[in-house]
Amino acid sequence: MSNNKKNDDLDYETTGHEWDGIQEYNKPLPKWWLWTFYACIVWAIGYTIAYPAWPGISGATPGLLGFSTRGNVEKAITDHEAELGPINDKLASVELTAIADDQELLQYANNAGGAVFRTWCAQCHGSGAAGAKGYPNLLDDDWLWGGSIEAIHETVSHGIRNEVDDMARWSQMPAFGRDELLVEEEVVQVVNYVMQLSGQEPRDPAAAEAGAEVYDINCSGCHMEDGTGDRFQGAPNLTDRIWLYGGDFDSLYQTVYNSRFGVMPPMGGADLTEAEIRAVSVYVHGLGGGEASEE
Amino acid sequence: MLNYLKLIVLGLIAIFSMIAINYARDVAYLIHAIIVLAVSAGLFLWVLRHTDEPAAPAPQNEYMDDVVRFGVIATAFWGVIGFIAGTFIASQLAFPALNFDWAQGYLNFGRLRPLHTSAVIFAFGGNALIATSFYVVQRTSAARLWGGNLAWFVFWGYQLVIVLAATGYVLGSTHAKEYAEPEWYVDWLLTIVWLAYLAVFVGTIVRRKEPHIYVANWFYLSFILTVAMLHVFNNLAIPVSIWGSKSVQVFSGVQDAMTQWWYGHNAVGFFLTAGFLGMMYYFIPKQAERPVFSYKLSIIHFWALIFIYIWAGPHHLHYTALPDWASTLGMVFSVVLWMPSWGGMINGLMTLSGAWDKLRTDPVIRMMVISVGFYGMSTFEGPMMSIRAVNSLSHYTDWTIGHVHSGALGWNGMITFGALYFLVPKLWNRERLYSLSMVSWHFWLATIGIVLYAASMWVTGIMEGLMWREVDANGFLVNSFADTVGAKFPMYVVRALGGLLYVAGGLIMCYNLWMTVKRAPAVEASAATAHATPAE
Repeated sequence: MSNNKKNDDLDYETTGHEWDGIQEYNKPLPKWWLWTFYACIVWAIGYTIAYPAWPGISGATPGLLGFSTRGNVEKAITDHEAELGPINDKLASVELTAIADDQELLQYANNAGGAVFRTWCAQCHGSGAAGAKGYPNLLDDDWLWGGSIEAIHETVSHGIRNEVDDMARWSQMPAFGRDELLVEEEVVQVVNYVMQLSGQEPRDPAAAEAGAEVYDINCSGCHMEDGTGDRFQGAPNLTDRIWLYGGDFDSLYQTVYNSRFGVMPPMGGADLTEAEIRAVSVYVHGLGGGEASEE
Repeated sequence: MLNYLKLIVLGLIAIFSMIAINYARDVAYLIHAIIVLAVSAGLFLWVLRHTDEPAAPAPQNEYMDDVVRFGVIATAFWGVIGFIAGTFIASQLAFPALNFDWAQGYLNFGRLRPLHTSAVIFAFGGNALIATSFYVVQRTSAARLWGGNLAWFVFWGYQLVIVLAATGYVLGSTHAKEYAEPEWYVDWLLTIVWLAYLAVFVGTIVRRKEPHIYVANWFYLSFILTVAMLHVFNNLAIPVSIWGSKSVQVFSGVQDAMTQWWYGHNAVGFFLTAGFLGMMYYFIPKQAERPVFSYKLSIIHFWALIFIYIWAGPHHLHYTALPDWASTLGMVFSVVLWMPSWGGMINGLMTLSGAWDKLRTDPVIRMMVISVGFYGMSTFEGPMMSIRAVNSLSHYTDWTIGHVHSGALGWNGMITFGALYFLVPKLWNRERLYSLSMVSWHFWLATIGIVLYAASMWVTGIMEGLMWREVDANGFLVNSFADTVGAKFPMYVVRALGGLLYVAGGLIMCYNLWMTVKRAPAVEASAATAHATPAE
């Protein structure tokens, strides 16, 4: 029988059936197709002998290779922990301020902290730590609750204004407009004054002048008389041009009228180990704005 | 008599819908009750006005082609809707601002994504399958569709399912099971429609005048039967209230996941593969005017495909709570499935042997051939991705999306376009298509669109898979998730562009088909009747 395809009509017979003009040849199965199919089946049988596969009444065949995805993960985790155990123990136990003096430990903490940051912190503070509206930028040296390694460590461990951790630091700006602590006119005045404080051109200079008194009575308790803020209360510095929610008139008006502040969950407890918290604290401290510890 | 029964049923449904509107617990349910009321009350009036008319006996010596014509129109219509929805959500991923603030909770990605998948798979693909199966089973059995107007019930019932599903997604009514999102009452309606479809199809085969059942019908029948089974089991759920759309799944945890992917993978296997192979087995030999390559191959690959596909589902759940043994079996069956899948490709391509020159002259054949080519490519890619080691890289990445689309756009889309180009001149008694050069334009736009889509998704998929697993010397992750999302932006733009080309091709097709009906020269009357009469 010739394999010349052009002679199909002569060399092969159809099955003799016809449907709506369609006929079928009865050509043999292509050899490569058949043998590949057989090879796949043989491989499949071998694979199911080697790996866990066939279910029975009380369990499945475990396979000759002892393969187990759960076992593999467990081993990977144990190996990882065994390898890093000593340095993690060291990181968790030394004085916080001493980490920076140990070059090897510092480098390790920065690497590990970066990974922790990208997994746990990047969602709010951004993967580059530049923050976003309502989420502080961690690259600059403008800190709400302090920028020393101890302060950062405390913030990471307990979070800010959350209901989960009793040790979380807490402060709350009153909603001056909404709760009628100030009348509309006073809100406008104090907003103008704050614009002036931060070195901007106030929208209404006369109102800004009147706002000074409103500020003294209502705001200076937390933000200080000169507007430089107070880190013990997490009260932002109002004299720089760095704003969490925006420094233009409308944004400031919103903030004064309704009050705005963020919440940060505690990373200690169930989520991160002490070594991981310290690592990420070192990482954030090293991003550019870290401050020296008070002696 | 039948009319009185219809009136009673329609009246009861209408009254029930009114009560349902009154007690509706959520917006989706309310809107759906209104739609069902409008449909049932409208039909009630229509039946009432026609009760006294003597029923015209169906001409048993003619094929029932009206329902196929409607099916062809519905296929083209839902196709374009589905392609546009897909291109839009692809653009939303590239440019998140397109998740407009004013449309939150209605037109954001999460709501539109199931709308897109259901529109292309079930509305476009489903209508294509129903229409072509009705056409093919009549021709190859030389018999009129069984069941009289039951075929019309199947067609319109299916459209109602589509409308209820689509509006439900936008309004937030969902099972949250991929490709099985519609809630319980839509599932019930689909079950009834599908059983009617099965009855029409089997009834017609039983009536056949040919001694043997043609291979296309084996595939169609296996598709209809299996989808009925899959649909029922995966949607087993208990409604929270008969007045609300929410229901609770019967299965939970890993059992639910396994049932879902048993369903999900076989939606691919039986809806998008077996059903469309039925299409391929009729339209390719017809368009090429050549006998099918091998009867023997068709038998072996049919039974192998049917037997093996049903076990492959667990490969969607590698490295999850699923036990290792189930995952192994899913993978092994997927790899063994490779050759049975390719049997269909060989039978399609080799049918052209002796007629290869038609590739140059007939763009419709070209469309069908590239469709089979994409079928072969994605049925190789699928078994490869099911291998555990490959899957550990590819799973959850855009590679999966690319794989699905090379199958859906390439195989399902192109074979359907080929079938539509074949059917429209036949169904509307036209000598030929309005414009073959437009078919060529469609062919190239769609092909380039698919290449852009698949290539960009391979690149992003493998890139993000590698970025996710990248660790430094200490074993710490190098990239944050947001970094991997950001890195995908250029490829997302390319993907959306590919979709745009595909939509453009679809619109050209619609215009071409419309003009074929309007302008192409008609076939002479005697030839036309000969075509529409079952051969003895």
